[in-house]
Amino acid sequence: MSEARFRAVVVFFIVNGLLFIMMFIHAAYQRNAARPRLAVKMEMVRTLGLTDLSLFTEARYTRHPSMTDLNTPFQDYPMSLEHFPSGALVLPPPHLVDRGLD
Amino acid sequence: MLLTLNFIFRRKWKNASLVFVYTLIVFLLASVIFFAHAIKREASIILEGAPEIVLQKVVAGRHDLMPVSYISKISSIAGIDSVRGRLWGYYFDRNFGANYTLMAPEEYEHGDGNIVIGAGVSRVSVASEDNLFPLVTYDGNVIPMNVQKLLSSESELVSADLILMSEADFRRVSGVPQGYVTDLAVRVSNSTEIPTIARKITKLLPDTRPITRNEILRTYDAVFNWRAGIALLILSGAVVSFMIFAWDKATGLSAEEKKEIGVLKATGWETSDVILLKFWEGTVLSLSAFLAGVVLAYIHVFWGLSVFLAPVLKGWSVLYPEFRLVPFIDAYQIAALFFLTVIPYISATIIPAWRAANTDPDAVMRG
Repeated sequence: MSEARFRAVVVFFIVNGLLFIMMFIHAAYQRNAARPRLAVKMEMVRTLGLTDLSLFTEARYTRHPSMTDLNTPFQDYPMSLEHFPSGALVLPPPHLVDRGLD
Repeated sequence: MLLTLNFIFRRKWKNASLVFVYTLIVFLLASVIFFAHAIKREASIILEGAPEIVLQKVVAGRHDLMPVSYISKISSIAGIDSVRGRLWGYYFDRNFGANYTLMAPEEYEHGDGNIVIGAGVSRVSVASEDNLFPLVTYDGNVIPMNVQKLLSSESELVSADLILMSEADFRRVSGVPQGYVTDLAVRVSNSTEIPTIARKITKLLPDTRPITRNEILRTYDAVFNWRAGIALLILSGAVVSFMIFAWDKATGLSAEEKKEIGVLKATGWETSDVILLKFWEGTVLSLSAFLAGVVLAYIHVFWGLSVFLAPVLKGWSVLYPEFRLVPFIDAYQIAALFFLTVIPYISATIIPAWRAANTDPDAVMRG
C-alpha cells in the first residue's frame, strides 16, 4: 500500500464528508431563502381557494386527488379499466378509505 | 486501517465496481426519500391556505353543480366565517392534447375577454402576454381570449395548468348556468371546530359532501407515502437489487478471499482480528458509497429538477409543472437511509468472514 493511495482514500473521505456537511448547510440556507416563494404560493392558494398541486394533469381525478370520490376512477362504469399511469400510482385519499364508499 | 485499505486495493476493480453499484442503489433510495419528503412538506405548507371545508353537492353518487342558494342555508351555522362559491372546471385543449384547469376567481381585476394563464399553459400552447388564446365553448363556438398576464413560474407547483378568467367568461366557456357554482369554499376561523361544522353541514344538507383541509393535507401524505405507488415502484426495485447484492456477499466469500483468511489465521491472527479487518473493509466500502450516493441524490433532487423521477410523475401528462423543491432534509431521513443500506451490508460482509475464520486454516486454504 503506497502512501499516495492512502492519501487518495483519505482525501476522498474528507471531500465526501465535507460535501455531506455542506449539503445540510446548503439545505438550511435554501429553506430560509425559499420562505418568500412559499409565502407567494400559499397566498395564491388562499386567494384562489385552491385545493391541490398541479402535479398530475393527465386526468381530472389525478389533477385534484383530494376532491375525487371513489366512483370517479372508474369513470362511467365499474369495469372501465384505469388507463392513466398516474391513476395507477396515486392512492385514493385517506378520507375516502376511512369513510368507506362515499 | 492501512491494512484494510491494502486489502481493498488488492481487488481494486472488483471493489470499484461494487462501490459503483452500491452508490447507484443508495442514490436511487435517497432520491425517492428526499423527493417524497420534500414534496410532502411543501404541500403541507402551501395547502395550509386551502379552504377549511370544501362542500360538494352529490347527485346519484356523483359530484354535481352546487346551487348558490345553499350558501345562505349554511352561512348561519355558528363558527363559519364566510362561504363563497368556487367556479372551476376542466378544459381539454384538442390542439395540444393538454388538460387545463379553468377558474373564475371571486375578485378578478382583468375584466371580460382577458385571461391569466399559468406557466405550464404558456409553455404548452406557446402563448405569452397579449397573445390571442382561442377557447372552444361548451356549445361549440370559438371565442378568442386575450392573455393579459402570466402567473409567476415560481408558483408552478399549484398554478401550472391554471387559466383564470372572469365569471361571465367562465360561464360562457363551461356552460355552468347562473345560480350554480362548482362547489363551496367554507372558511372557519377556529380550526378545532372544523369537524363539528362539517357534521352540522351534512345534517343540514344531506346531499352534500364536505372535504376538510386536514383531509386535503392527508391526501398528499398518502400520495407520497412509502406505500404509495410512486415511492414503492422505485423503492422496491432499489431494495430488491440491494438485497440480491447483500445476499451475494452474505452467502459466501470468493476462493481467493477464503485463502486470504486462511493465511492470516495460519500466521497467528485471531478470529476477532479477521472480523475486525472485514468490518473495516465493509465500513470503508459502504461509507464511500453512502456518502457519494446521498450527496448525488441531493444534487439530483434539489438542483437537477429530479430528472430521473420526473418521467414517473409525468405519466401521459402533456402539461407538467417545472418546479424546484425546497430541500427539507433532516437527520431522520439520513438515519433511515443509513440503517437501510450501510448496516445490512456490513453485517453481510462480517458473517461469512466469521464463518471462514472459525474453520481450520489448512481446510480454508485448501478450499
